[in-house]
Amino acid sequence: MRELLLCPPDHYGIEYEINPWMSRARGADAALVQKQWKDLHVTLSKLDCKIELITPQPKLPDMVFTANAGLAVGKKFIPSNFRHKERAAEAPHFARWMEEQGYQVAWLPNDYYFEGEGDALFAGDALFCGYKFRSDINSHRAVAEMLGCLVISVELVDPRFYHLDTCFCPLPDGAAVWFPAAFDEYGQRAIREQVKDLVDVVPGEAMHFSCNAVVLDRDIVLPDGAPKLVTTLRDRGYRCHELPMTEFLKAGGACKCLTMFMPQRDSAME
Amino acid sequence: MFSETIELRGHIIDSLILPKVLDEILRAGGNFKIREIKIGERRADQSYARIEVSGPTHETLDELVLRLRQHGAEVTEKVDVQLAPAPADGVFPTDFYVTTNQQTFITLDGKEIEVHPAIMDSGIAVDREAGRATAVKFYEVRKGMKIVTGHQGIRVAPIQRSTARTDVFEFMSNVSVEQPKSAIIREMAREFKRTRDGKGKILVVAGPAVVHTGAVEHLERLIQWGYVDLLFAGNALAVHDIENALFGTSLGVNLGHANLADQGHENHMRAINAIREAGGIARAVETGLLQRGIMCSCVRHGVEFVLAGSIRDDGPLPDVITDAIESQKAMREKISGVSIALMMGTMLHSMAVEKLLPATVKTICVDINADVVNKLTDRGTFQTVGLVTDIEAFLRELTDCLSNLNGATTSERRQK
Repeated sequence: MRELLLCPPDHYGIEYEINPWMSRARGADAALVQKQWKDLHVTLSKLDCKIELITPQPKLPDMVFTANAGLAVGKKFIPSNFRHKERAAEAPHFARWMEEQGYQVAWLPNDYYFEGEGDALFAGDALFCGYKFRSDINSHRAVAEMLGCLVISVELVDPRFYHLDTCFCPLPDGAAVWFPAAFDEYGQRAIREQVKDLVDVVPGEAMHFSCNAVVLDRDIVLPDGAPKLVTTLRDRGYRCHELPMTEFLKAGGACKCLTMFMPQRDSAME
Repeated sequence: MFSETIELRGHIIDSLILPKVLDEILRAGGNFKIREIKIGERRADQSYARIEVSGPTHETLDELVLRLRQHGAEVTEKVDVQLAPAPADGVFPTDFYVTTNQQTFITLDGKEIEVHPAIMDSGIAVDREAGRATAVKFYEVRKGMKIVTGHQGIRVAPIQRSTARTDVFEFMSNVSVEQPKSAIIREMAREFKRTRDGKGKILVVAGPAVVHTGAVEHLERLIQWGYVDLLFAGNALAVHDIENALFGTSLGVNLGHANLADQGHENHMRAINAIREAGGIARAVETGLLQRGIMCSCVRHGVEFVLAGSIRDDGPLPDVITDAIESQKAMREKISGVSIALMMGTMLHSMAVEKLLPATVKTICVDINADVVNKLTDRGTFQTVGLVTDIEAFLRELTDCLSNLNGATTSERRQK
């Protein structure tokens, strides 16, 4: 049974602007925030997984986005080194909590930016890592050394898709959902080389963060507003659970951003 | 081109980071050389590449390297050059670095500076405060001067072969008597015209054979048309040119009729004497004593010349520098800006000149003797054309080709 880490949105709000989606002026609706997060929690609980919760911290509004807590593989947890100081203080909380759960915490050198599972997703036997807006390519190498696996580094080129999980979603059958325009030409080529079965998402649906989906075997939990993708996935035999994610999109996040697998893989070599 | 060495590590092949970096370098107008590459065998193995990146200016290179760092490139530590003081005047420290004639850079305080001039068989003196590196000969070394020793922190940049144009210097790498000489000389004429019309300078190194073979009028024409910016020669060329101007003979042979003149062997001595009496070649032209010939044309057209003496000289003429080191100095002073060197009929003089020139100068060696041409062109670092042929035939053909080129024979010489 898969385990997922979530963080309740008690302190969530738009308090700073570190990506193009955020606007302090617009803010987020507190009641809707609670409702949308609860719906996600409930939906996930009904599927084949166990939910763990970490206590939210005041002044850390983005702690809800646990995908950026770090990367867990086997019993090893690599905490994030956040690029922005606004999120930097989240890391020690996540590290301490994961250690309490029995994980061996392995920090990267602190001048290597790395934003965890949000920028590091396994597909097949390779770990795909995004770089430029948040994670550095140097961190990929260090992660590869720690885990002993092939790391495919891909450059993200659209600031709206600033984490890999906003434009890339591996599926258990070896395929992956992606938004190609978010990658540079080399990244696109590298992904096409490694993943033979790619499901392209149209720009309109990509803007709804349709790639930001939580995949649990045949169940896919994704933001609503992507009917084409849902049809494609259903045709492939997946059950799709669409959820409104408007209040989290205001911070540049959606379903997958709000979760972190514990671990993402039992072993880097699979 | 300035250069920096970077290292790439990781899954640079599967991620296509390596081709991305190389493409980025080329797009920025730079160049690269892969110095070392290690490709991981198994899928999870990482790869490594060490790449020398070059760019036309410090700024473009720095900007480029900054961009490449985003893709994981790490700049390798630049090692500074090693220096030692010269123990005495005219003495280099042991293990001093010996230059080639190629563009050379040294790293001083972490930054690359170019060594000037590019001249072979010299040491490198460094002025740290001024940030300057100068090539120095034995006679320029002063006690205490900081001289480069060993081989670290030194980079030699070989000639960038131009891929745009295949000119005659590009494909002439070996010497043979079986060559399409006319085609080569035609190309050469075009190159001469390009140089004359541009910013380059043409140096002519001539042996007395130029006079003996009856080629004086051709060289005069080249001078008139502005194709000679500088002339290096010995006593003999000037003497026999003047002998011909005054008596119509060269070494006693009548150049008009190819017969031995009466008492002809005395002519060259009388020629020397006349110039010595006049007080030099320029004076002889001024007074009207010397009215034609190569040296006269040089004076009339403002072409500088250096006449270097030898132990074989009669006289010598007053203009000849008899001290060997002083001759070298005089030649060194004048060669800056030379882009083509035409060397005809003198092995020793040509060798001396080759030692002074940077590798960027295109050289043409013409001699009837294949061994001489071989010796002169077998220099590795030069862009050289060697022609085994009679000098008069060569110069006649060169001037003919030039006269067939539009605008090639206007006689106004541009001051350079």
